[in-house]
Amino acid sequence: MKYAYYPGCSLSSTGIEYDMSTRKVAKALGVELWEIPEWNCCGASSAHLTDHLLALALPARNLAIAEEQGLDMAIPCAACYVRTKATEVEVKSSEEMQKTISEVIERKYTGQSRARALLDVFVNDVGLDSINALVHKPLKGLKVVSYYGCLLVRPPKYGFDDPEDPQSMDKLVEALGATPVDWAFKTECCSGAHAIAKSEVGLPMIEKILAAAKESGADCIATACPLCMCNLDMRQGQAGSKFGRSYNLPVFYFTELMGIALGIKPEELGVNKHFVDASGIIKKLNEAEGRRETA
Amino acid sequence: MEKIELTKALAQGQQMLAEVTHESGGVRASKCYQCGKCSAGCPVAFAMDKTPREIMRLLQLGLMEEALKSHTIWLCASCDTCSTRCPREVDIAKVMETLRIIAKKKGYVAEKKLDQFHDLFLKSVERNGRVYEMGLVLGRNILGMQPFKDVELSPAMLLKGKLALLPHTIKDNGEVKKIFANVRKRGGKV
Repeated sequence: MKYAYYPGCSLSSTGIEYDMSTRKVAKALGVELWEIPEWNCCGASSAHLTDHLLALALPARNLAIAEEQGLDMAIPCAACYVRTKATEVEVKSSEEMQKTISEVIERKYTGQSRARALLDVFVNDVGLDSINALVHKPLKGLKVVSYYGCLLVRPPKYGFDDPEDPQSMDKLVEALGATPVDWAFKTECCSGAHAIAKSEVGLPMIEKILAAAKESGADCIATACPLCMCNLDMRQGQAGSKFGRSYNLPVFYFTELMGIALGIKPEELGVNKHFVDASGIIKKLNEAEGRRETA
Repeated sequence: MEKIELTKALAQGQQMLAEVTHESGGVRASKCYQCGKCSAGCPVAFAMDKTPREIMRLLQLGLMEEALKSHTIWLCASCDTCSTRCPREVDIAKVMETLRIIAKKKGYVAEKKLDQFHDLFLKSVERNGRVYEMGLVLGRNILGMQPFKDVELSPAMLLKGKLALLPHTIKDNGEVKKIFANVRKRGGKV
């Protein structure tokens, strides 16, 4: 199983642990990731608000490079995924669009190479049974709310999962031995870049999601998007102090939870880079593991 | 809002609806039957001056200028909740995106900070091929006249290796710059 890997800009800075854990987990699962050489920014989320053609052209260059290799793209970031998918769908929709895009990027892209979300690749190509068979340290007793965010499963025509009540991440954490917790905020928007540019709008949106996660009784949140992670993890303190609450809710990329269950050391996955300390959860899992071994 | 003669506005409205349909690649705002599902589910509605449903109605009535001057079109987070739920299958998020592009061309920018952020973002992509997050945050703070925004997060981000001090520039022989230039040649305003 081989894919053209598109990390995207966030995964080399604020979302570095998503990149670290993706590479480690893919290797453990036998998935080969060929990083697109000299990939460029997909333009999310600014290009599509500025110019439609630019928004379609930026991801097209990356798709064209993947297509030369005959590979589909595996994309961890939900925003990069949806922008790249939009290009693939538009190019497939008409020959005229294909011609226009190829002229703008000065490369050939025919729509052969597809944009795939990393979660989709792991759950549907590798498969839950194969993942479950590789679990060394089941995440027993860990209650997880899966947070898909807005871009991973929308619009429905691109989706690999239900746009209102998606299941793939819930099933994945279950395959890792954890307990998925149902909640109503699976696809609620975290405010995206508003938290950076206009925090008086962004922080209340973040707060609602954190409050719902806390009320569900979950120990932690699983996410698949570096911007969601930034908002829920890095800004958890800001959101808490604005509303006079303390959540203390660790947030993990789903790939980090996979890595822990597969027996990879948390530091190698970047878990120590979170703002909300996740070491309490790791310790609890290790203690439970120790008890099982001695029993 | 001042008094408006609807017969005249409605006649103009047909032309404006056609412009939005054309610019958005085929989205028809005329199909909206005002059920309000978009606004009920919109996570940013609390901060908007007009709900998404009201924006759709303004377009139908030919009151495009009102829609273009609203904060709503800038505050839309493009989360697609409205488009996913619309019983008339109107891609409302795409309408917001299109109105924003038209508003910018006409010089109506109700949310300067959000607009500046996107300009800085694209400049960074054109210059480096990728987004340079540190530069983006600094630029945002300087232009937005809020030099110390999020400053409490920076030391921890640096320590955790989450902020690079220098931009990462790709060796693409100017391909990304050419993409911007080619889009401009075709009339793109970027």
